[in-house]
Amino acid sequence: MSVHNGVVRSAYHPPAWKAVDAVAVEARAAALGTRSIKKAAKLQGLLLAVSMIDLTTLEGSDTPGKVRDLCAKAMRPLPGRSDIPSTGAVCVYPPLVAVAKEALAGSGVKVAAVATYFPSGQGDLAMKLEEVRRTVEAGADEIDMVIDRRAFLMGDYAKVFDEIAATVEACGPAHLKVILETGELQTYDKVRFASQLAIDAGAHFIKTSTGKVQPAATLPVTLVMLEVIREHYFKTGKMVGMKPAGGIRTAKDALKYLVMVNETLGDAWMSPDWFRLGASVLLNDILMQLEKERLGAYDSLRYHTLG
Amino acid sequence: MKTPAQTNMRLTVAKTYKLFIGGAFPRTESGRSVALRNRSGEFVANASRASRKDLREAVVAARKAAESWAGRTAYLRSQILYRAAEMMESRRESLTATLVKAHGKTAKAAEAEVSASIDRLVWYAGWCDKLTQVLGNQNPVAGPFFNMSSPEATGVVVLFAGESSPLLGLVSIVAPVICGGNAVVACSPIAHAPIVIDFAEVLATSDLPAGVVNLLTGNRDELLPTAASHRDIDAIGAVGLSMEEQVLLEGGASATIKRVWIDTDRTSSAWALADHQSLYRITPFLEVKTSWHPMGL
Amino acid sequence: MATKKQTPKTTAAPAAGWKYEPALESTDHVRFEKRYGHFIDGKFTAAKSYFGAINPATEEQLAEFGQGSAAEVDTAVKSARRGYEKYWSKTPPSERAKYLYRIARLLQEHARELAILETMNGGKPIKESRDVDLPLAAAHFFYYAGWADKLQYAFGGAQVAPLGVAGQVIPWNFPLLMAAWKIAPALACGNTVVLKAAETTPLTAMKLAEIFQEADLPPGVVNFVNGDGRTGAALVNHPDINKVAFTGSTEVGRAIQKQLAGTGKRLTLELGGKGANIIFDDAALDQAIEGIISGIFFNQGHVCCAGSRLLVQESIHDEVVRRLTHRLSTLRVGNPLDKNTDVGAINSRAQLDKIEAYLGYGVEDGAVRHSAPCPLPGRGFFVAPTFFTGVAPAHRIAADEIFGPVLSVMTFRTPEEAVAKANATPYGLSAGIWTDKGSKLFAVASQLKAGVIWGNSFNRFDATSPFGGFKESGFGREGGRQGLLPYLEVRG
Repeated sequence: MSVHNGVVRSAYHPPAWKAVDAVAVEARAAALGTRSIKKAAKLQGLLLAVSMIDLTTLEGSDTPGKVRDLCAKAMRPLPGRSDIPSTGAVCVYPPLVAVAKEALAGSGVKVAAVATYFPSGQGDLAMKLEEVRRTVEAGADEIDMVIDRRAFLMGDYAKVFDEIAATVEACGPAHLKVILETGELQTYDKVRFASQLAIDAGAHFIKTSTGKVQPAATLPVTLVMLEVIREHYFKTGKMVGMKPAGGIRTAKDALKYLVMVNETLGDAWMSPDWFRLGASVLLNDILMQLEKERLGAYDSLRYHTLG
Repeated sequence: MKTPAQTNMRLTVAKTYKLFIGGAFPRTESGRSVALRNRSGEFVANASRASRKDLREAVVAARKAAESWAGRTAYLRSQILYRAAEMMESRRESLTATLVKAHGKTAKAAEAEVSASIDRLVWYAGWCDKLTQVLGNQNPVAGPFFNMSSPEATGVVVLFAGESSPLLGLVSIVAPVICGGNAVVACSPIAHAPIVIDFAEVLATSDLPAGVVNLLTGNRDELLPTAASHRDIDAIGAVGLSMEEQVLLEGGASATIKRVWIDTDRTSSAWALADHQSLYRITPFLEVKTSWHPMGL
Repeated sequence: MATKKQTPKTTAAPAAGWKYEPALESTDHVRFEKRYGHFIDGKFTAAKSYFGAINPATEEQLAEFGQGSAAEVDTAVKSARRGYEKYWSKTPPSERAKYLYRIARLLQEHARELAILETMNGGKPIKESRDVDLPLAAAHFFYYAGWADKLQYAFGGAQVAPLGVAGQVIPWNFPLLMAAWKIAPALACGNTVVLKAAETTPLTAMKLAEIFQEADLPPGVVNFVNGDGRTGAALVNHPDINKVAFTGSTEVGRAIQKQLAGTGKRLTLELGGKGANIIFDDAALDQAIEGIISGIFFNQGHVCCAGSRLLVQESIHDEVVRRLTHRLSTLRVGNPLDKNTDVGAINSRAQLDKIEAYLGYGVEDGAVRHSAPCPLPGRGFFVAPTFFTGVAPAHRIAADEIFGPVLSVMTFRTPEEAVAKANATPYGLSAGIWTDKGSKLFAVASQLKAGVIWGNSFNRFDATSPFGGFKESGFGREGGRQGLLPYLEVRG
């Protein structure tokens, strides 16, 4: 028997199911999406969004060279424009953590790594924990784990809880983001339940998706998760971070997410410490918008590096 | 004058024509009665002249019955109305006799009126469980909602029957209103008391819950203003009003936004025509309720 | 020679405190006259006297409008009668349909300008006039257009016929949308119209008149007389009107019903409300909070079907209040033309005074006031969105229709008590039910005495969906198939 986050593990009772009304949550998300963000607010929002990006590459073909390029872009997204901040983190597979760590050394840009049999989570717990420990030792500041959807969909919530709690322990000083893979949970009620469960188990961040399953992040799913974070904060006074990931491709999308965080959780969450956007092509679209603001002319991708 | 003992005749038991309120047959609280005489001036019976307070009591009884009546399944309401027709059929001879003796109808006319009244009840009985389908529908709103509209009873309805057709005229206005799930207080002219109370006896023995139909006999000039201004009545229907009465009724009804339905009076043979049984005699006493339900996972 | 790898120069994230810039809808391309009389016989006509209508967000006059006299009303009714006899009753139903389709399309084409004018004259947020009023108004014409040549199918084989000339009086809360609700079914059914818009919001009706001209609608088919209540009274009492349709306060509705007594004119009334929004403990709470907010703050609470009485199951009262308090703090009150404004201007000084009086009564009667902490503009008619806790059913704020952004929070313990409290009002227009349990929702919905029930939703409208009240909220329906009935003689 052990205690995690104030809860005796063996005595853990899953949170009560709380309903989410799908139509209403989608309507609210759509309504927030109509906010008109212009001029200085747009500029500030876009800069903020850059600082919140977990610049991600999660391909079988990733190599040290690719990761170093990405790190350079993360630290200084647009050379020559010192007003544009670094991204929040670079997100890679565990074997590339050391490369990223070295490339980002001293920059303040965090190294995030996916673990626990990412993306499927179909694996043995002991092996998952071992992977987490080695990844943290290799220099990861943040671990993005996936929940065991097999256990979750079978109703074995205690197993899901235990795995998260054990991973929190295995992370040591590293922060843990818990990926729910909402596209596989499908209903908002289950997303809400899984969010609460992950928070109860000690997640520092909750995250929508691996990016390997469609649909990945959506505005309504994010809203549901933000509302769980808000409720947890109301109840306990403790903040939990949020990371929508996958499918966020445009500056316009990014601003919609920012509006949603701003109006659901408020100012305190409007920082890379509490909100991240898991994305790859998003950064270039934001850079093009920022260049458009500077130049007064629409920009082209030909002036931006890959990644 | 000879006593029955002298003539060896049996003394007839005269019926007292009281009111029908909340399933019971009380005398008017006012104690007022009116001697009814047939065309040749012979005494028929004493009839109750309902007072304003009787109307009030009847409205209380109707209000008490309204919700559970509306809440019964349409199938059950339909069966109860049909049962009333059955009861009427079994009393067709006595009803016919009353129309002849007390209301001066020819045997043929009386029989026709009773038959038409029974058939009318059967016709409306059949509507109970079809109204929702014919008057209600799903609405294809432009969004992820299951949206439907269906008719519901207005509530407590007071009806004023005309002068011309004591039984069929009454049945023709009461049946559509209760068929829609309303509770009714129907006021007929005092002269109609014999057949009205015979009809009340039909209803009393037909599984119709107490208070769903209350029948009064009285003077319209006394009862109409009370009904018009009464705050616990939802709708009023009336047949054969004068212009002054219409102004009085509609003007009074406006205080609580009552629904008002006014029709012309007609003779029994006119009432018997099929166009006086209509879905659109039911609708003035129905409200459309529209409900929205989101559809989402 | 290689240089040593330097620690890269980076830039930190910008400081928190993200504020939206004003995002004002441009008014450059809207145009309207400085003075309108009436619209009669297909033409704009002069009036004998005029009054000014203002922008309630700035208190500046927008334009002048005719104060319709009895004689001017008579001219309009005569024009409608002529329009009926000469043109509309002779127009084949399929052609009537095409006129209405044309009007729907023109509304869509002019939507942006009309939305801006609706906001300038009425005070409602541009996002609402843009996303709700205009699309719904166009949809109404589009929906009823299709009925014009299919009326024989509407009521199960019954014979239907138009009534003649309809006199219509509409309120200031949804000026153009209410005009559409009134005119579209009337025309589809073959009637002609004289309509009086509210005296504070006549502007978009005049623009609608331009659209009728653009659509080549025959003269006299729709006429607008401007003016205040006196003009409305002259219209509904005109002897050559066959049908009266009124949307507005129960008080005025009562007066109209009384005035019409004995005239044989057909009447429909869409009056006030004090809608109950019932929140059960198993509700999807975060969405219910949004439903509460839109239920009472949509259009500044100037909504007859507003969910102005919140009935919360006692076990979740505190949780609901905490969330409401938080949500209230995120409402953006201000310039209605700002695309990010959630709550705009109160329609008139008189209405603002009334709302402020009720804010006083709430405290006086012993309730606790919670108002949004937002700053209010220095000019124009604004009030902070407010809810009261500790409200008893006997309090004035719980019983009276305030028609403003003021919510009364009350509690219940059981579904039975919820239904009893919800029904304990002379009104019966709307109600909301929030529960995750379908069977409970249907059971409660069936017991509520209200014409529109929103399950897990609130303030939803659609052209196909009948709208109208029980009890003192009026009679007759607008929208949907049932919305044809008030404009038809039905025999069968």
